[in-house]
Amino acid sequence: MALIDTINPLLTTGWAKGDAGWSLKDYEARGGYKQLRRVLESKMTQDDLIAEVKKSVLRGRGGAGFPTGLKWSFMPKAAPEKYVVCNTDEGEPGTFKDRDLLRFDPHSTIEGMIIAGYAVGAKRGYNYIHGEIFEIYQRFEEALDQARAAGYLGNNILGSDFSFDLFAHHGWGAYICGEETGLLESIEGKKGQPRYKPPFPANFGLYGKPTTINNTETFAAIPFILGMGGEAYLNLGKPNNGGTKLFSVSGHVNRPGNYEVPMGTPFAKLLEMAGGMRGGRKLKAVIPGGSSAPVLPADVMMDCTMDYDSIAKAGSMLGSGAVIVMDETVCMVKALERLSYFYYEESCGQCTPCREGSGWLYRVVHRIEHGQGRAEDLDLLNRVTDNMMGKTICALADAAAFPVRSFIKHFKSEFEYHIENKKCLVDPDIQRAGSGFFKAGAA
Amino acid sequence: MNTQNTLLCPELSAESLLKIDREVAKYPADQKQSAVMAALVIAQDEKGWLSKETIAAVAGYLGMPPIAAYEVASFYNMYDLHPVGKYKLTVCTNLPCALSGGVHAADYVKEKLGIDFNETTADGKFTLKEGECMGACGDAPVMLVNNKRMCSFMLPEQIDKLLAECK
Ligand SMILES: Cc1cc2nc3c(=O)[nH]c(=O)nc-3n(C[C@H](O)[C@H](O)[C@H](O)COP(=O)(O)O)c2cc1C
Ligand code: SF4
Ligand code: FES
Repeated sequence: MALIDTINPLLTTGWAKGDAGWSLKDYEARGGYKQLRRVLESKMTQDDLIAEVKKSVLRGRGGAGFPTGLKWSFMPKAAPEKYVVCNTDEGEPGTFKDRDLLRFDPHSTIEGMIIAGYAVGAKRGYNYIHGEIFEIYQRFEEALDQARAAGYLGNNILGSDFSFDLFAHHGWGAYICGEETGLLESIEGKKGQPRYKPPFPANFGLYGKPTTINNTETFAAIPFILGMGGEAYLNLGKPNNGGTKLFSVSGHVNRPGNYEVPMGTPFAKLLEMAGGMRGGRKLKAVIPGGSSAPVLPADVMMDCTMDYDSIAKAGSMLGSGAVIVMDETVCMVKALERLSYFYYEESCGQCTPCREGSGWLYRVVHRIEHGQGRAEDLDLLNRVTDNMMGKTICALADAAAFPVRSFIKHFKSEFEYHIENKKCLVDPDIQRAGSGFFKAGAA
Repeated sequence: MNTQNTLLCPELSAESLLKIDREVAKYPADQKQSAVMAALVIAQDEKGWLSKETIAAVAGYLGMPPIAAYEVASFYNMYDLHPVGKYKLTVCTNLPCALSGGVHAADYVKEKLGIDFNETTADGKFTLKEGECMGACGDAPVMLVNNKRMCSFMLPEQIDKLLAECK
């Protein structure tokens, strides 16, 4: 779906024509590749370029929110072989913004990556694209061919002495490859099992060479930041939370979709843009940053603004900007059961606490949901998460633990009801009606 | 060139090998193994599924040990290590989709085809799989047809249409 509604569009300016506006000539008509040209023609220094990105306070859009300019400055200057890698392995349940970025405007990500290559001194880049969106991967390859033919990629770009080439690599169904070092292993043609950190990718990345890895939306923001200046970009949002952000709104709203708004926009406004609650039903809970972020009850969420600091203060994470909206038809035990199954299924299995713990979490939530819960199960779940968090190679174990802890914390009575009465608090017929799948009296 | 390739790897067609060569060219000359994921997809497209022999042939062509290619083929969910129906349907049932009918869509397909997840219809036409988030939750219910084609907003009417289209 193309653009529905936005405030202060930058990233989504190219989405207006839907699938008809993605190609090179459309992007150039919107001012595309002007910033790359300016950087090369003015022979901007790497330090100045990185300083401009730092000024914007752009924070990584992949989930962790790490300052992008700072990350780029970690790249060793002297190394002869370096890489820039883009993370489009968008698999965090609830997130679908990077797909639309590459679908409607692939060249902004390409331009952002070339500029990043210049800033960190890399000559080659890869964009790792989620296997499930193969049609988008094919479009991205087409966009790369266009950029290459126009001289934006390859040797001596636009007649400068800077050379950079870029290729697409697709995944094939493994959530863990979204984790940056799992992703690098995967590009190397191996199982996508995360590496120990340190060393971080800036020192030991793809093929063991210094590598800068950022999310698609992070790269796509770069041309706009250079176009308007770092400070102006920062001022679009709020201090320490620069710029605009794409939010993928899914679940029980009238118009699920991507919405670009300035950081600091009230959640209530975002909900309104997404058409409000489906069927006028009551908001029950929101997961504000993708399935790995702690769930928040309706009243807490309605007081939040959409930025890193506000959501963190409320006890959750802005994460990838995936806003999963749940109304009163949701059984929280069943919802958690599905998420716990996901982490169990996707654990790469290297770390015992994650491999075994994620299985325990799923099995215990499953038995509660299926009327076989025991009085001590909620304590058991919390103890299992204690043994997972911070004890593993990557953050997937924490991601499996956060939903469990937060669902129990905020919706404890629903779990207790399940254990005592061996059934859902929310009537199954009401749950069934919530999805909107069955229309007008059908089965 | 083509004939030379097919001699190196008689298991795969010249056309597939040409596609694999294009993938190999994306990576540094000493990093051919990076092309294994794409190469296995190309092989799966040609053969319908990945037998041990096919995986070993891909490994041989890329100059890597067969076990290394097998590890990759068994790690990633979308490789089929057993034969599947002519149409493999993968329905996303993860929470964001479930809120908008993902599970109900899967139930609907199960009932229409008379099979459960990981089963194939008796005529060998359809295989049904349960999928994880495909990064398209705003278009729920979503399903993939043969890994590469994504279908959005799959309410009963659209599912009926899709199944009828699959000849
Ligand atoms: C289990 C797991 C899954 C992740 N999935 C993604 C993903 O799909 N896309 C993404 O950009 N980052 C993902 N990340 C975060 C990356 O590891 C990394 O922090 C990010 O790509 C850095 O880019 P940024 O600084 O621009 O955000 C994931 C992390 C973990 C632990
Ligand atoms: S925490 Fe889990 S997913 Fe991450 S490396 Fe360990 S076992 Fe793999
Ligand atoms: S949850 Fe189904 S596509 Fe994301």
